[in-house]
Amino acid sequence: MIEFLMSFWQTYNTLFYTIMVHGMLALSIYITLACGQLSLGNAAFMGIGAYTAALFTMKLNAPFGLALLAGGMLPAFVALIIGAPTLRLSGVYLAMATLGFGEVVRVVFLNISITGGSVGLNGVPPKTELWHLFLVMGVLIYFFLKLKNSRFGRAMEAIREDEVAASVMGIKTTWFKVWAFAIGAFIAGIAGGLNAHFTFFLSPREYGFDFAVDILTFAILGGTGTFWGPLVGSTILTIMPEMLRFIGPYRLALNGLILVLVVIYLPNGIITVKKKD
Amino acid sequence: MFLQQFANALALGSVYALFAIGFTLIFGVLEIVTLAHGAVFMIGAFAGLMVVTKFNANPITAILVGMMASGVLGCLIDLVAVRPLRKRKFHHLAPMIATIGCATIIISISQGIFGAEVYRFPFDFMPATSFNFWAIQLTLLQIIIVGVALSLMMIIIFLLKRTKWGKAVRSVAESPRTAALLGIPVERVFLLTAFAASALGGAAGVLTGINFNAIHAFMGGPIMHRGIAVIILGGMGDIRGAVLGGLILGFAEIMSVAYLSSDFRDAISFGLLFVILLVRPAGIFGSHIERKG
Repeated sequence: MIEFLMSFWQTYNTLFYTIMVHGMLALSIYITLACGQLSLGNAAFMGIGAYTAALFTMKLNAPFGLALLAGGMLPAFVALIIGAPTLRLSGVYLAMATLGFGEVVRVVFLNISITGGSVGLNGVPPKTELWHLFLVMGVLIYFFLKLKNSRFGRAMEAIREDEVAASVMGIKTTWFKVWAFAIGAFIAGIAGGLNAHFTFFLSPREYGFDFAVDILTFAILGGTGTFWGPLVGSTILTIMPEMLRFIGPYRLALNGLILVLVVIYLPNGIITVKKKD
Repeated sequence: MFLQQFANALALGSVYALFAIGFTLIFGVLEIVTLAHGAVFMIGAFAGLMVVTKFNANPITAILVGMMASGVLGCLIDLVAVRPLRKRKFHHLAPMIATIGCATIIISISQGIFGAEVYRFPFDFMPATSFNFWAIQLTLLQIIIVGVALSLMMIIIFLLKRTKWGKAVRSVAESPRTAALLGIPVERVFLLTAFAASALGGAAGVLTGINFNAIHAFMGGPIMHRGIAVIILGGMGDIRGAVLGGLILGFAEIMSVAYLSSDFRDAISFGLLFVILLVRPAGIFGSHIERKG
């Protein structure tokens, strides 16, 4: 039995690592969706975080914790810059701006020398341990649990339900939206840093629009009423391709189908919350 | 030299404008940002290529077939993914997410069918004739692109301003509810708009396919980013804005490649978008900014 478990773990530990990272990414988009905004830039934020953290450990020999922190801070800073002008406007503008932003990040990664251009970064030291993932995930779950009944969390919910009403009530809607977006970018950056230090290899292609759609699908399938939804959605969608390897190139079509069907028939996702009246 | 670049920019910009008109039309009338427009564009290009390779069609037929294919696809997206949402109250992001889903399905299936390779038009499809006007050299291809794009723009503006259908579209854009009360078949107007807008996207697809002579499953991505920048630049839902915005972006790209560097060409549209959001978020002609979904 023990031996079976050992070999099972040997085979599937990377899958488990990936589930944790995808869970963090799902949370990173959840926090913007929770105030009614759609960010399609979280794959790019993950990329910025991954490159930053990897360069910190590779070029500066920085401690892992510091590298991760830097990998979270830079995307958050970039998010503040992009968010400030776009989030003054209605919901669709953030989606459109972040879609273009993802493309810019890819072009920059391809064309500057420190990121290794189209070759990517090879030989990132393996530093991510299982407990790092548990620790980060634990902190995130604690954060989201506390967020729910905090001033910030209630403001976000009010903005999602009706932005105009929320602003009339005196909630500084832009301020909350921008910070939610920046926190999301921070989480995505940390996830990117953790991911980089167990896949050992970074390429600009990994952080494109396809992956942004993957992240969105995690959250939409799980449901965005509570933060458990995105975690469930990301777990299902990370395990599923392992079982559905035979569909090969049509994996993305399946993602698309899930998006369309869930939006039409299951608008609250798998995990729904009972509304208190 | 500068005038030559100007001619190139005109050809590129008019294709952007054509793509953006369809995009902005759907936003103005159906009030959704359809992120499937790039996929619709790509299908148009493939349909045009098919009739050329299989039946030796001429460029004009290829464009018409591409428009038909894209138009039908646009209707299908509206029927399958967007109409069910309109029937009930939905979150304002829902239609956009549904169109992302559609785009992903279309691109993935095309990739499954056509593979990841790049397809080209036959060698002798477009004669390499060129004409000299003073210092400017215009290729036949550029003349066709600008000619087709301008005629299609003129046709769609004529249809919108001068026909009964156009009147119905404009009233639905103003308020679907009032239009319905006045006896306008709103769903049919939506469907026709989706067809017309997608057909324009398909025409842009065929023209781009001929212009760069490279057709592949992912060709819709870059023009999506540009289309978004163009309609925000021009003002969302505004046809004149889409035309002007397309020409400005074409001009900016050609000039930056000619006088700066080509590495960051794909980033220019975003730079333009970012600047416009900072200084004038409603765009050049825009008035849509206050409307919330």
